[in-house]
Amino acid sequence: MKLPPGAIITEPGNSANYETGGWRSRKPEVDAAKCTGCGLCSMYCPEPCISKSKPAVVNYRYCKGCGICAAECPFHAITMVEEERT
Amino acid sequence: MRQMLNGDEAAAIAAKLARVNVVSAYPITPQTIVVERLSEFVANGELGAEFMKVESEHSALSACIGASAVGARAFTATSSQGLMLMSEMLFVASGLRLPIVMVNANRSLSAPLSIWCDWGDSMAVRDCGWVQLQCENNQEVLDSTLQAFLVAESLLLPVMVCFDGYILSHTAEPVDVPGQAEVDRFLPPYRPKYKLDPEKPATMGAMGVPEYYEEFKFMQQAAMQAAKEELVKADNEFAKHFGRKYGLIEKYHSDDADVLLLTMGSLSSSVKEIIDRYRRRGEKVGLVKVRAFRPLPVDELIEALGHAKAVAILEKDVSFGSAGALFLDTAASFINVDKAPLMIDFICGMGGRDVDSLHIKEALRAAAKAAKAGEVKKIVRWLGLREKLVGLEE
Repeated sequence: MKLPPGAIITEPGNSANYETGGWRSRKPEVDAAKCTGCGLCSMYCPEPCISKSKPAVVNYRYCKGCGICAAECPFHAITMVEEERT
Repeated sequence: MRQMLNGDEAAAIAAKLARVNVVSAYPITPQTIVVERLSEFVANGELGAEFMKVESEHSALSACIGASAVGARAFTATSSQGLMLMSEMLFVASGLRLPIVMVNANRSLSAPLSIWCDWGDSMAVRDCGWVQLQCENNQEVLDSTLQAFLVAESLLLPVMVCFDGYILSHTAEPVDVPGQAEVDRFLPPYRPKYKLDPEKPATMGAMGVPEYYEEFKFMQQAAMQAAKEELVKADNEFAKHFGRKYGLIEKYHSDDADVLLLTMGSLSSSVKEIIDRYRRRGEKVGLVKVRAFRPLPVDELIEALGHAKAVAILEKDVSFGSAGALFLDTAASFINVDKAPLMIDFICGMGGRDVDSLHIKEALRAAAKAAKAGEVKKIVRWLGLREKLVGLEE
């Protein structure tokens, strides 16, 4: 692949190729028993990577681990846990 | 058609002949006339461009960046503090590889406040990734501005055409103004390969993460190196159409001279007068004029200066704590070269101080003395400095 001059991105939508999940040090875990599927976490997620479903599902390929979802969940269904290094 | 034009008018007419699509500039002394003329050309219908009025030079260049990004041929002009205010966007323009052309009427930087000429402004931004040309006279201002578009658009590099404030910007000289039809044959319309277009979405100005940033900087440097050849090509093409040619450097009676002066811009004309006088007396002295300062014509400088015993560099700028930029670059050009001439750096003409024949002769004498002695006692000197005023002399 030869880079285009000026760092122009000529293919729309290719930011999906950039997996920001690698930035994460802590990850959100959803407790399916507590989750009501209200969708607040999905709306608050700055990376839109939580589904509006019951239970909510996090897309760990893109989740940066900011923790907003865990802080906002009114049912305390999301907790931030340390990433395990392998 | 020959007209009496000052440097600013020559630049404005060149932009008009280049059929620029967008002009965005903020008036500043001594560039003001460029903006005045272009706004008149747009107002009276001579130039079918969009004239974008802005509140600052930062915005002027930003507007040109936007215009160039959507595929317009964009032009701006500035001086001194205006160039400083633009400096953030200078790097954006070159980094995005947008072929904007700007003229800069060289003016010193505040403080103390000064509206007169030196090269402090363009030298302060010499690393901004723009091609920098320095003009000797108003004909060269017009011709270089036309050539600038050709070079800029072929390599996607912005070009800054510099000329000495007041000495050229406000001095009328006879200038041969080419006809529109001939300019159209020389300079085809800009057809960008990449542009912002809703029909074909693209992103400009995205983040360059560490895995990519270095490659983009390398590509800028490669394009800048290629600009040397492209400048020569444009110059040759220009000569075919208009019969005038400038080169990356100009050699004036330099080939057989042991003692040489090296300078840029309008000062070259004054030096040529002095060289002629020495030559009539049979003294072998010469001049090398640098026209392209970025990219630096390293090989050409080595070829032109290498045979000399001593070179005196005359320049209207200083890199505080080091030396003049032209001297530093010339000296660095000779790194790893077997035989280099002795070099003396003369800082002169600061803040519009006149560089007269006595100063030029003093520089020549110093270079001749160094050539004879085979050594340089003091490398950086200030020509015409009133030493009593700075406590150097009782």
